[in-house]
Amino acid sequence: MNFSNIILIPLIPLAVFLLLGIFNQKIKPSVSGYIGVFGLLASTILSFHTAYNYFFVNASESGAYQTFVEKTVWMNFTDTLRIDMGVLIDPISVMMLIVVSIVSLMVHIYSRGYMKGDDGYTKFFAFLSLFSFSMYGLVLATNLFQIYIFWELVGVSSYLLIGYYYTKESAVAAAKKAFIVTRFADLGFLIGILIVGYYTGTYDFETLNNPEGSAILNWASTSFMGLSVLTWALILIFIGGAGKSAMFPLHIWLPDAMEGPTPVSALIHAATMVVAGVYLVARLFPMYYFVEDGFALNIVAFVGAFSSLFAAIIAITQTDIKRVLAFSTMSQLGYMMLALGVSGYDGHEGLGYMASMFHLFTHAMFKALLFLGAGSVIHAVHSNYLKDMGGLRKYMPITNITFLIAALAIAGVPPFAGFFSKDEILVAAFEHNKLIYFIGVFVAGLTAFYMFRIYFGIFWGKDTKYEHKPQESPISMTFPLMVLALLSIVGGFIPFSKYVTVDKAGFEAHLNYPLAAVAVGVGLLGIVLAWVFYKKENDLSDKFANFFGPFYKWTSDKFYFDEIYLFVTKKILFKRVAAPIAKFDKKYVDGTMVGIGNTTVLASEKIKGMQSGKVQDYAFAFIAGVVILAIIFIYLWTN
Amino acid sequence: MIAGISIYEILTVTSILFFVGVYGFITRKNLISILISVELILNASAINFVVINKYLYPDMLEGVLFSIFIIAVAAAETALAVSIIINLYRQISSVEVKDVETMKY
Repeated sequence: MNFSNIILIPLIPLAVFLLLGIFNQKIKPSVSGYIGVFGLLASTILSFHTAYNYFFVNASESGAYQTFVEKTVWMNFTDTLRIDMGVLIDPISVMMLIVVSIVSLMVHIYSRGYMKGDDGYTKFFAFLSLFSFSMYGLVLATNLFQIYIFWELVGVSSYLLIGYYYTKESAVAAAKKAFIVTRFADLGFLIGILIVGYYTGTYDFETLNNPEGSAILNWASTSFMGLSVLTWALILIFIGGAGKSAMFPLHIWLPDAMEGPTPVSALIHAATMVVAGVYLVARLFPMYYFVEDGFALNIVAFVGAFSSLFAAIIAITQTDIKRVLAFSTMSQLGYMMLALGVSGYDGHEGLGYMASMFHLFTHAMFKALLFLGAGSVIHAVHSNYLKDMGGLRKYMPITNITFLIAALAIAGVPPFAGFFSKDEILVAAFEHNKLIYFIGVFVAGLTAFYMFRIYFGIFWGKDTKYEHKPQESPISMTFPLMVLALLSIVGGFIPFSKYVTVDKAGFEAHLNYPLAAVAVGVGLLGIVLAWVFYKKENDLSDKFANFFGPFYKWTSDKFYFDEIYLFVTKKILFKRVAAPIAKFDKKYVDGTMVGIGNTTVLASEKIKGMQSGKVQDYAFAFIAGVVILAIIFIYLWTN
Repeated sequence: MIAGISIYEILTVTSILFFVGVYGFITRKNLISILISVELILNASAINFVVINKYLYPDMLEGVLFSIFIIAVAAAETALAVSIIINLYRQISSVEVKDVETMKY
C-alpha cells in the first residue's frame, strides 16, 4: 500500500481548514467555496485510488484481505503500552473512506448553492473541512486513543456547525446540548479505554482484535461484579458509541442538532459522524464477539433494536421534516447496531456484521439524499414545517424525483439500495434472534410509512398557496441530489459480502426470498397506508390521531424524554448536587485562596512605606543591621 | 611601630573617622557631601590596612599595597559618582538627595 498517498487524505482537508480559517476575511466567498470543493475532491480521488488498490490489486495475492498498518510512536508509557499515530487500512476503514468522501464531496458542492449569500460562507467551508479531516482521521485510526482524539474532534466540529447560526438562541442551545450529551457519553468511552489499556496492556486494534491474541484469550482472568472487566470496558465503550450514534437513552441531542444548516445535517447528523458509534463497535467487533461469549454484544443488539423502534414511532408524529429525518436516522442507526449485535464471526455467520456495514453504506447515500432534498425544499419554501408545504412536485421536479428515490430506498423497495442491505440485516436477525427480527420487520413498516408521510406531505397533498412561487434549486444543489440518487439506485448491487466481512475472507450472500418478500410486503403496506392518509388532503390522519388520543400526544412530544432530562438535570442535579457544591466552592475553596491573597495585599500595603526610594533610608537600615549583627556576634563570642 | 603611639590609639582615630563618615552619609542632604562622607569611610579603612600591617607584620607590604588599591578604586568611583551627579543636575537642576526618590514602591 502507498501510505504517503493515504496520509494525504486527511491532511488535505486539514490544510484547507487552516487556509480558510486563517485567511477567513481575505478570501472571497466565491473562491473559498471552490477551495473547499477541490480540496475534498483531491481527498475523494485518493480515497477511491486507495480502495481500488486495496480491493483489486492487493487482494489477488491471497484469499483474505490483509490489514495494513503504518504508524509511529507518539507517546511511550511502558514497553508494550504506548499510543501510536498512524493509519490502518482494512475493509471497513476503506469502505468508510469511500462513504465519507462521497457524502462530504456532495455536501461541499451542495453547500455552494445552499449557503450562497450567507455571511459566514468561508467560515462554513472551513468548518466542513475541519469535520472532514476529523472524520477521515477517526476512520483511519490505528488504536483506541487515536480514535478517541478524532472522536472528540468530530464532536467539536459538530458543535461548531450545529451552532453555526450563532445569533439564534435555539441553535446555540442545541449545539451545547449535542456537545454535552456526547461528551457525557464519551466519559464512558474514556474509562473503557483506560480499563482496556490497564488489563490488556495495549491500545492497538490489531493486537486487541486478534482472536488468538492474549487480550481475547484471557478475558476471564479478572472479573468485577460477576462480569469480566473487559466486558465492562466494552459496555463503557459502547456507551461512548451510543452517545455519538444517538442510541436510546442518549438520543436527545440528535433531533435538536437539526438547528444547524441542512447540508451539515446531511453530512454529520445523517451520513458520517453519527455512524461513528456503529463503526467503533464494528472496529472492536472480535472483542465484542469473543469476550464473555458476546455478553456486551447482546446489549448492543437490544439497545439498537429498541432505539430503532422507539425512534420510528416518534418519527411518525413529528411535523418538522428535518426532525422526522433525524428520528429516521436514529432508527436506521439502531438497525445497524442490532445487525452488529446479532452477527457471528466466521464466514456466513458474520452476515450481520457485513449487513450492518452494507446498511451503513447505503444509508449514508439515501439519507444524505433525503436531507439534501429536504434542504432543497426548505430553501424554496423557507420553512421546516409540513403544514407550509404541499403540492411541490409541480415546482421542483428534480427534487421530487430524487426524494422519491431516496424514500423508496429507505423503505426497502427493490431494486433500490436500502432493500438489499435491510434484507441482509433481517436475515441475520432471523437466524439469531426472533424477537429482534420482529422488531426489525415492524420498524421497516413504520419507516416506509413515516417516510412516505412526509413525501406525500411535501410533494402532493394540499395545494398550498405560496407567497413566492417556489423554484427548483440551482444546478449546484440538484447535481449532488442526482449523483446520490444514482448511488441509491445502484448501491445495492455492490457485492458487499465479498469485500467487507469480519474475517476479511468474503463469502457469497444470497437473497432470502421469503424473508425479503415479508420485508417488502410490510414496506409496501406502510407506503400504501401513507398513500391513503396523505396523498390527498383529508382528515383521516387527524381522526386517527384523535383515536389514539393521549398516546399520540405522548409520542409527538417524544415520550417526554427531553422533559425527563431537564427534570433530572435542572431539578435534581443542578439544584440538589451542583448548587451546594458550587456554594461550597465559592465560599470555602475560593474563600481560602482569596483570603490568602487579600491578607498578602493588606500586609504589603502596611509595609510598602519601607521602600521609600530614599538612598539614606536604605543605608541606615543596612548599617543598623550590620551593627545589630555585630552586637549579636560579640555577645556570642564573649559568652 | 611608631614610638609612643599604641595601635589602639590609631584604631580609635580610624573608628571615629569611619563613624563620622557613616553619620555623614546618613544625615547629609547634598549628594556631594554624601560622596565626601563615603570618602571618609574609605580612608578610614585604608588607614586601618596600613596600621595593622605596620603593627602586626612589620616585614610585609600587603596592607600597604591594598591601601594603594583602595585609593585607586576610590578615585575611579569618585569620578563615576561625580559624573552621575552632574547628569542628575542637568536633568532635575538639583543635587539634593530628597529630590531623587522616584524608585520607590
